[in-house]
Amino acid sequence: MNASEQAARKKKIQHVIMIIVLILVFLLFIAPFILVLINVFKTKGDINSDPLALIGAHGFTLRNFPDAMAKMDFWNVFRNSAVITFCATVLTILFSAMASFVIVRNGRWKACAILFAAMIASMVIPFQVLMVPLVSVYGGIFHILNSRITLILMHTGFSVSMATFMFHGAINTNIPLELEEAALIDGCSRWQTFWKIVFPLLKPTVATVAIIDAMAFWNDYLLPSLVLGEKQLYTIPIATQMFYGTYSTDIGLVMAALLLAMLPILILYLFLQKYIVAGVTAGAVKG
Amino acid sequence: MERNTMSYKTKQFLMFAGPALILFSMVIIIPFVYGLYLTFTSWDGVSVSKPFVGFANYISAFKDYYYWAAIGRTLIYSAFAVILINVVAFLLAYLVTSGVKGQNFFRAGFFIPNLIGGIVLGYVWKFVFNRAFVALGEAIAAGTVPSLLSTPSGALFCLVLVSVWQYAGYMMLIYVAGFMGVSDSLKEAAMIDGCTPSQAMWNVTIPLMRTSFVTCIFLSITRCFVVYDVNLSLTKGEPFNSSVLAAMHVYNKAFVYKDYGTGQAEALILFVICAVIGITQVYVGKKGEVQA
Repeated sequence: MNASEQAARKKKIQHVIMIIVLILVFLLFIAPFILVLINVFKTKGDINSDPLALIGAHGFTLRNFPDAMAKMDFWNVFRNSAVITFCATVLTILFSAMASFVIVRNGRWKACAILFAAMIASMVIPFQVLMVPLVSVYGGIFHILNSRITLILMHTGFSVSMATFMFHGAINTNIPLELEEAALIDGCSRWQTFWKIVFPLLKPTVATVAIIDAMAFWNDYLLPSLVLGEKQLYTIPIATQMFYGTYSTDIGLVMAALLLAMLPILILYLFLQKYIVAGVTAGAVKG
Repeated sequence: MERNTMSYKTKQFLMFAGPALILFSMVIIIPFVYGLYLTFTSWDGVSVSKPFVGFANYISAFKDYYYWAAIGRTLIYSAFAVILINVVAFLLAYLVTSGVKGQNFFRAGFFIPNLIGGIVLGYVWKFVFNRAFVALGEAIAAGTVPSLLSTPSGALFCLVLVSVWQYAGYMMLIYVAGFMGVSDSLKEAAMIDGCTPSQAMWNVTIPLMRTSFVTCIFLSITRCFVVYDVNLSLTKGEPFNSSVLAAMHVYNKAFVYKDYGTGQAEALILFVICAVIGITQVYVGKKGEVQA
């Protein structure tokens, strides 16, 4: 065996070891989900007697699902989560793209400079600092809590700074000024220029912002729990928390509820994982 | 043209930035300012009057033993979590950029925990710790084994473990971007100059990835410091309030014990601590930045 053959062999062994390590770590990463998955098809008694068995002593059962779905009012909370996430994401994208356009193109206007600086500075404020005043102003003074619309607008308000920052970067680097000048000569107003020329060119950033914010809205617990106090308005995280509080002893139902809470986003991930990974990376690196 | 008049500028600004400005002010600016005002009042959350009390809330925040215990606990938790998150994330990033088969699959796989909210993750892990680990332990030790969540240090350990599991995949993506930003020619040049692969890693790749480290450490510090939902679902502060982290203490102070003024003052102090640590870290990290 000559030296280069030996080196190639060593490299191959290294490669195999790396793959084995990766597979083991991957199994560790998904082990909690697998545990939920194997226990969701067991009866309560079987889970209590042996949570590690692949199939329970009393066999395979689907009974946990309909029960859990009825008790957590699954379709209703799913619809709430979907409507809130969708509306807040769309509003965030529209409002922050518009704001960033006027800020980038008129950076010397005082109002633009102040707004942008305030938005950047606000990104370091943790939600804990705002939650008490938020509740006391909008609950105590204006009485507009317990409404999906309030929650949608609050979600949007919390995410416009970050989104504006990302659109700001995109317009700055990717949209040539000449394009807008051409539109102006052709008789477009600024409003038309933005919607017909600039906004369509921002698609990649729209996708990034949509992915990051939709995931954040879908999974958020603290803000919705402070805003939505009525059962018929609950989102999935709140419903899960309430469900656990009430039925934590019926572990079969808990397993089904947890799986139901995770399923929508996991199914979505199956189809969109390429875009989600790319979007999250773009967002994190720019942020 | 009329492009320089004040009314044109105002109209343009409000037309484009108006909606964002209004919502941003409503949920961030106004509550922030109003929150500052609240720290000088003693409000119980119900009554109309908010009596002015001066610095009393800050004084009681500074005297609140449980608050500082929660802050101390949060510092310990964050120190362990931040270091482990970044070590694990960096190693994962190294493995999935080394050109092994199926690396995109692994990248997508390690990211899965981030898709799911902290509340649900906390309950999933509660089941793992309370049932699966206990069953596993009993099978090995052939006797009764208590759950890790039932002892104070065990509960804190569980919180660290879950946070590492939750965020490592996310930080991995940032490190992956960092690895891809270091051009192969630099590493090859170092190897030709006689570096071993591990020397090239320590002396070329890692220094060039400094921005990724600064970003990831900043993100993990700011997240760990105000973690709430995993804390709520996984331990709920138990056993005996020994795992109450700072954010949960602030929440309970305000919304459970209805001491809004002190709660708000404690939230502000938490924010200042978090901001000072985060900004110092970024400042120190950026100072030694190198360019290729």
